[in-house]
Amino acid sequence: MEFGPHLVLALLEGSITAAVLALTAAGLALVFGILRVVNVAHGEFFMLGAVLAWFVSTTLADAFGASAAIGFVAALVLAPLVTAAVAMAADRVVLRRIGYDPERTIVATIGLLYVLQQATLMSFGPDARPVEPPFNTRIALPWPERVDGSWAMSWPWGFGTTSYKLFVIGAAVVVLVGLWLLLRHTTLGLIMRATEQDRDMARAFGIPVTRVYALVFGLGAALAALGAVLVVPIQQAHYLMGGDPLLLSFIVVIIGGLGSVGGTVVAAVLIGLTDGVVSVFFSATLAKIIATLLVAMVLVFRPQGLFGKNTAR
Amino acid sequence: MSRRLRSSLARTSTTGAPEPGRRRTLKALAAGVGTLGGAGTLAGLSGHVQAQSAEPIRIGFQVHRTGIGAAYGRWYDRTTTAAVARINAAGGINGRPVEIVAEDDGTDPKRGAEVIEKFEQRHGCDIAFGTLFSHVVIGSAPRAGELKIPYFVVSEGHHVASGMLNRYTLQPGITDVRSQVQAMAPYVSENLGKKVTMLYADFAFGHDHRDYFSEAIAGQGGEVIAKIPIPPTETSFTKYFPKIPRDTEVIYHVMVGPSVLTFVKEMGEFFGPSAPPIFGFIDSLEAVDIASPGLEFLEDTYFWEGYPRYAQTGPDNVNAFDADYREAVGVDENGASVSDARDVSTYAHMFGCWETLNVIKAGMESADYRGPQDRSKLIEAVEAMSDMPHSLDHPQGAKRFNGKTHQTFGHQHISKVAGGRLDLVHTTSIEDTLYPDEVDYTTRSF
Repeated sequence: MEFGPHLVLALLEGSITAAVLALTAAGLALVFGILRVVNVAHGEFFMLGAVLAWFVSTTLADAFGASAAIGFVAALVLAPLVTAAVAMAADRVVLRRIGYDPERTIVATIGLLYVLQQATLMSFGPDARPVEPPFNTRIALPWPERVDGSWAMSWPWGFGTTSYKLFVIGAAVVVLVGLWLLLRHTTLGLIMRATEQDRDMARAFGIPVTRVYALVFGLGAALAALGAVLVVPIQQAHYLMGGDPLLLSFIVVIIGGLGSVGGTVVAAVLIGLTDGVVSVFFSATLAKIIATLLVAMVLVFRPQGLFGKNTAR
Repeated sequence: MSRRLRSSLARTSTTGAPEPGRRRTLKALAAGVGTLGGAGTLAGLSGHVQAQSAEPIRIGFQVHRTGIGAAYGRWYDRTTTAAVARINAAGGINGRPVEIVAEDDGTDPKRGAEVIEKFEQRHGCDIAFGTLFSHVVIGSAPRAGELKIPYFVVSEGHHVASGMLNRYTLQPGITDVRSQVQAMAPYVSENLGKKVTMLYADFAFGHDHRDYFSEAIAGQGGEVIAKIPIPPTETSFTKYFPKIPRDTEVIYHVMVGPSVLTFVKEMGEFFGPSAPPIFGFIDSLEAVDIASPGLEFLEDTYFWEGYPRYAQTGPDNVNAFDADYREAVGVDENGASVSDARDVSTYAHMFGCWETLNVIKAGMESADYRGPQDRSKLIEAVEAMSDMPHSLDHPQGAKRFNGKTHQTFGHQHISKVAGGRLDLVHTTSIEDTLYPDEVDYTTRSF
């Protein structure tokens, strides 16, 4: 394929990665920013979202003969809600008991990772299972070509995308805008930002910090699950699919700046596009190497991340 | 310090001897160890005494229950269970029932070697059997050679016949990639095109495809113009397709792993309506319904099938033993489970378990196998085998076993997708698939 269309294809692929990554990493950034804990099981919430999406859409199709579109919309609503419920239960049963202590939370969430993964293996099984997209038409993309001295549009071989992939990018943008509106323009967002800024002060003002923590943990998990529901009609649901998103989310959160959701989104776009372009032109492994190198550079030269801010406890 | 505190810290009586509590514990421990030791000896003795006719023959089944081979493992398990049920119903092997001891290797080479050890050292198995994925075979076979346990693999990898492994590793029930691609090259070159782009799984099995098909198509006057390796753990494939050169005449694809459906679907999305002729190996769609959404573009493309998934009804294509075999393993005429039409089988590979177990039976009977002391006699008996006629023991077709290379040869099939089904269009002879020997394991010592 010529370089121009090849680059556009790479950027499209990278945009989808960036879109899903932005959602997942935003969830992780929220949890880290407000609870100040590292949730190693975050990738498993992503996986749960995908598995639940399969479960919802298959059950609706089998029991009620629902179309793929209805199944998908139901999954889009139910999977994040159920995942959030699981996360809030985990917060109540595990995290609250250990007092949100940073080191203990890392160990506890590693345990949570294994519990969720193995429970899914034992129920869902080791196979990958597909979820049908609500719509999916191939869109051939044009490319300007110089023919006989003037510009004309041609449709290069293999140069195209699908309507569903474009929808994923759009949906992620909508959700992220919604998240920004929530954080900036609602009382709930104000409460969350206050708790993030100074937990003890917030408590002094009568904010139920424990309840805010539970809600934020659930919201973080729901965002990851939402990202997974969007991506599962493109890939498939598999019990090990949480590993890659976990690694990339951590990379993005560190580069973007711990505690900064906006920085995380910018970093997700950067890493997603780089990953897409490098893996299309070179190899996926090289893309991961570059992402990890970027994190190392950031940790050495600018540990607070690109947009990180120092906040009082 | 108070006296109470001091005495509790000291934990001894005033005489200095250990407390009665501790003495009692020591006694109990000694008694326990003695009992266990005695029981162990008794068990060992009784085990030795029981090693006679009623004792079952233990076959260690190294199965991919989890990992990238999980879909194959599920069907290998069902086929093995059915084959053993049939053998036991007919009286077992040398009057002894067959017992399968299954262990999950996670489709992981390191765990594969550990599983072989467990078969030999913990379960007391007579032989090991059943591995499919080539990298697991390569990781496990050396350990089998060290422990001197016969290792019957059902793998398709060329590594057995290449001489890379050892005299304890055999593949008598399924053909290998080199013979498959060699037989496919003439058909591809004559019917589809001479400039081939290969998309293959990036590990031992896929490398066999890359190396031997390149050689075979060159022999037909063709050429592989691009080789695109894809990791079997990959989940997103669109990034690989732009590497396909525009002047490709034939796309050749062989993928494995849980995401094969995504691979084929995204290939269709990439090409749209202007796909070149496609020749794939059914591995890219094993356990996947060919009528899945997004796979419509596969109509009129071709597949290598080790064993045709759909029951063939054309007068030239009917397999006399297929119906009974399908019933025994629980597969319907569309290649799916009789209890769940959505559970599509790995029909092109699982027959290898059925046929290998029948070869094991024939070998053990020919060698008058009594126990692990007869393992080398068993291997020699299998090495002496050659032609295996088409029968319910070998439902895929007649086989020709090469005792020197430990590899079997058989008929290969090409099918075309028509109306959402796979119709058999060509069957090769066994001669089409033969290649010169690369090793003579019979010259190696045990």
